[in-house]
Amino acid sequence: MGTVFSFDVRGGEPGAVRAALEEAVAGLHRVDEVFSTYRDDSQLSRLARDELTLEECDPEVAEVLELGAEAERLSEGWFSTRYQGRLDPTGIVKGWSAERAARLLWAAGATGVSVNGGGDVQLLGVPGPQRPWRVGVSDPIRPGGLAAVISAAGKDELAVATSGTAERGTHIVDPSTGRSAITDLVAVTVVAPQLTWADCWATAAFAMGSRQGLRWLESLPEVEALLITAGDEVRCTGGLASRLG
Amino acid sequence: MRKSHPIRRVVLATAATVSGVVLLLSLKPASDPGAAAAGVVPQQTVGAQESPQGGAAATGTGTVDGNPAQTEYGIVQVRLTVSNGKITKAEAVQAPKGGTSDQKTALAIPKLNQEAVAKGTADIDSVSGASYTSGGYKQSLQSALDQAGG
Repeated sequence: MGTVFSFDVRGGEPGAVRAALEEAVAGLHRVDEVFSTYRDDSQLSRLARDELTLEECDPEVAEVLELGAEAERLSEGWFSTRYQGRLDPTGIVKGWSAERAARLLWAAGATGVSVNGGGDVQLLGVPGPQRPWRVGVSDPIRPGGLAAVISAAGKDELAVATSGTAERGTHIVDPSTGRSAITDLVAVTVVAPQLTWADCWATAAFAMGSRQGLRWLESLPEVEALLITAGDEVRCTGGLASRLG
Repeated sequence: MRKSHPIRRVVLATAATVSGVVLLLSLKPASDPGAAAAGVVPQQTVGAQESPQGGAAATGTGTVDGNPAQTEYGIVQVRLTVSNGKITKAEAVQAPKGGTSDQKTALAIPKLNQEAVAKGTADIDSVSGASYTSGGYKQSLQSALDQAGG
């Protein structure tokens, strides 16, 4: 995966938070061992080759595959846990594991948590009194610049997930043809309460292209989004403006 | 930037697995000075990844280098100059060279310098995004931000 995870944890009793952090770190390593499609010996790879049954895998595998199936259903196949007939839940694992790590830290008593897994972020609580979490969204066309800043003001939980042309491990497929989707988008950023879903929706909308993607994202409750086309046009859902800052 | 609280830093650099997962943490206690003062912060380094450099965290002044980040165009590494807790300069100390990426890099680096010190970037806690060289920059920028800890 080559994914970098950044943690920013505020408040809580230091000992408890430290222990939770170690658990979260160990959990991410475990996720890599279990789910990596780059490792022939991962449980997922072996499951895909029918060398293991689902029951023989860690319970998280069934959990992730069930969530993936739900995402596939809700996105009408534009998000999928299968690629070219092969089992591959990569598109949901990153967001799911980052969200899980964040909630673990929150449960340990932190008052603010931000976990960034390869550019997908789960936010919980606040970084300080009277101050919300703020996440910059990279401008894909002007590298180093920001297209927007998303604020979590007024929200106990918020996630920001971006799908883009350079994302590793993401297969952009048109479910009606089974082949690579032709999309006019260079980036989709989804803002939603939970990263697990935000991650899937960004992937699905990216494959749909700007018009269908925007229409579909508008239809999802509690979801806002920013879509950037190759022609440097920016499309937003109606409620995104209230998330900017 | 998270400048006003004393910064306590626990950096866990894990062994580079096949997928290369690296974890960085800034542990920032609540404003309760009792909590802030308690205990010593250990630095644990396990495996291949180096601990972060730079002394900007303690005094709010100095330079901090982000971890070098590998992109398909080459390695990008960002250096932030921090003065009294504010970022005053951002420069790429390593940038991809050669091939068609030269033009992109030539355009990107000056823009990166400006943008990283612009208000928008200085006030954010994290960055979401996925694109070519900026992905490497962002990773490196994110890691430099994590280390500077504002």
